[in-house]
Amino acid sequence: MATTPNKPNAAGKPAAAKPSDQGFVYLPLIAGWLVPGAGHFLVRKPIRGALLAVSIIAMFAMGLAMQGQLHTSAQDILDLLGMVGDLGSGLLYFVSRMLGLGSQPVQTTVADYGSKFIVVAGLLNVIAAVDAHNLRTGRKS
Amino acid sequence: MHPSHLTAVLLFALFASTVFGITMRDTPKRMFRYGAYCFALFVGSVIVFSWVMFLIAR
Repeated sequence: MATTPNKPNAAGKPAAAKPSDQGFVYLPLIAGWLVPGAGHFLVRKPIRGALLAVSIIAMFAMGLAMQGQLHTSAQDILDLLGMVGDLGSGLLYFVSRMLGLGSQPVQTTVADYGSKFIVVAGLLNVIAAVDAHNLRTGRKS
Repeated sequence: MHPSHLTAVLLFALFASTVFGITMRDTPKRMFRYGAYCFALFVGSVIVFSWVMFLIAR
């Protein structure tokens, strides 16, 4: 790998939680899931939050612009997995469904790419929300 | 919006690499390096596999 991953401390354990970790530690996780980047804003990492928000929202929006489809049912396992990925986008998914976006069937290759963009945007948002939670608990600096 | 396949790949790689860089490393310099590394891997692997598929299809 080009760079080394986040290292634990000398004792081989993750860094201890800071005193400021008191309170509802899952708030950045939930906020980050609902609104991309919001978790990082809550833990006072606005630049990271802004970059994550731009990346995830742009990816989701481009997926819709490519006429990608939002998964709305769980008829089989692939649909179920697609819906789980889509749900990772939080409010973006629910608002898009309310507006009727992404409801047309996929008919072109680019539209299929769009569906994948939407799913991956959701999965990346989950990673970002978990990262915000790790920042909140002190597991990551 | 109808991007070419390569444009779609580049956009996908850019966004995914940004998120990977920020979430997988803990200092800005290492974030940037890891993001660039992921981007190069995304794009490089796509080009390699595209040529492989082209040669298989001949």
